Amino acid sequence: MKTIELKTPILEEVIRKLRVGDTIYYTGTLFTARDAAHKRILQHLQNGKKLPFSINGAPLYHCGPLVRQTSTGWTVIAAGPTTSMRMEAYEEDMIKNLGVRLIIGKGGMGEKTVRIMKEFGAVYGTFTGGAAVLASKYVKKVRDVQWLDLGVPEAIWVLEVEKFGPLIICIDSYGNNLYAKVQAEAENNKAKILENPSL
Amino acid sequence: MITNVLIEEVVVNLLRQSVTRLPGDVKTALKKAYNNEKNPIGKTHLKVILENIEMAEKTSTPMCQDTGIISFYLEAGSKFRDLHKIEDVIRKAVRRATKEIPLRPNAVDPFTQKNTADNIGRHIPYIHWKILKGNFLKITAFPKGCGSENMCALRMMTPRDGLKSVKEFIIDRVIEAGGMPCPPTIIGVGIGGGSNIAMELAKQALLKPLDQMNPDERIARFERELCEDVNKTGIGPMGLGGDTTALAVKVEYAHRHPASYPVAVAFQCWAARRATAIIDEKGKIEYITNNL
Repeated sequence: MKTIELKTPILEEVIRKLRVGDTIYYTGTLFTARDAAHKRILQHLQNGKKLPFSINGAPLYHCGPLVRQTSTGWTVIAAGPTTSMRMEAYEEDMIKNLGVRLIIGKGGMGEKTVRIMKEFGAVYGTFTGGAAVLASKYVKKVRDVQWLDLGVPEAIWVLEVEKFGPLIICIDSYGNNLYAKVQAEAENNKAKILENPSL
Repeated sequence: MITNVLIEEVVVNLLRQSVTRLPGDVKTALKKAYNNEKNPIGKTHLKVILENIEMAEKTSTPMCQDTGIISFYLEAGSKFRDLHKIEDVIRKAVRRATKEIPLRPNAVDPFTQKNTADNIGRHIPYIHWKILKGNFLKITAFPKGCGSENMCALRMMTPRDGLKSVKEFIIDRVIEAGGMPCPPTIIGVGIGGGSNIAMELAKQALLKPLDQMNPDERIARFERELCEDVNKTGIGPMGLGGDTTALAVKVEYAHRHPASYPVAVAFQCWAARRATAIIDEKGKIEYITNNL
């Protein structure tokens, strides 16, 4: 289990060195997207429309931040990860078409994403769910916001972060999924738990 | 003197308290979980959680960006003034709190997908009333994040299933939910009544302080056993393995129909936000959860 610092742009050779259980700290630009934004991004791609923001090897952060608008712009107040599984249906296309190599979220993702991460060379890192004040400390600047018509939590926020972490790699580019492993072990423990006749 | 302005102030304060500082019993349980955790990834998560709680308190910032779907549980003395105006006062306070604290706007029309931007919508905030004897108003603010809310489950079991099946249902939901409800969680279980009653009871179970034992010894034992069993799954903090999956399991029950055995499971993330205050007949305010 190693700890490394990552910067934009994220290259495949760096991603391929990561294994489940490793910890990373990320510095650079990232963009947030939740359900509605994913849907719109893919509609844009399908219709051959240009996205109003550039990705350039930036990580995708599953997050709907709590923000405040001031006279000088936007301030991020709390920005922890949201449940990634809701985006499971979209990430194959996001990784293939946009070249996303690092997805940050919480709660893990499904088999479809694990498969494409292995094929393309991408990983899933998690920040502690709910630790949103701490996460916002790493946000140095709001670079851009797009699609505010989707509502503040669903908009695309382009953020500059510094040493954002610890991000624990839970899905690596070799098909390993730490969530699935823990759940499989829990299934094994279940038989023993239910044997307990104390009730 | 009690005025609408005073009640509005109390509601805004309760929302602020609830989203920026956890009740002492929850903090104690999380610290205990951190001290007991042997899994290094689980321990890292618990450390980050504790740091986050401290920073949220210090800076009076919402601990989680998901400031939740907002519910209020009210207990009112029947003699308390202008009870019919209180729901409007609460809605006004929520609108104000959304701007001032701020809270994330989380009320979306399910047909148009439009966010109302002020946390006010149809049946939102949810307000639950209990009218009692006397002249007072007890308000509990209960903003609940949706990572855990999305894992809530209901099963209409058959009467022959019994408590062993209740346990299996809970364990299955815990394993299936994995890291999604942000463990370590608090698990509320509602047994009996009808479908709505079971889920309402499961939710109300989440409002009980963790350090208060169930006065019914049978149920206290059942709660302890369920909690131990949930923790034996090894799902752990954030679903990445470890010793603490749940901080507590709390059970509420209602009598059931002879042909029915409803069981509801409500998950509460570690950010178990609640704050209560009582306003007496003279307008004296007592903040119970966070006596600041």
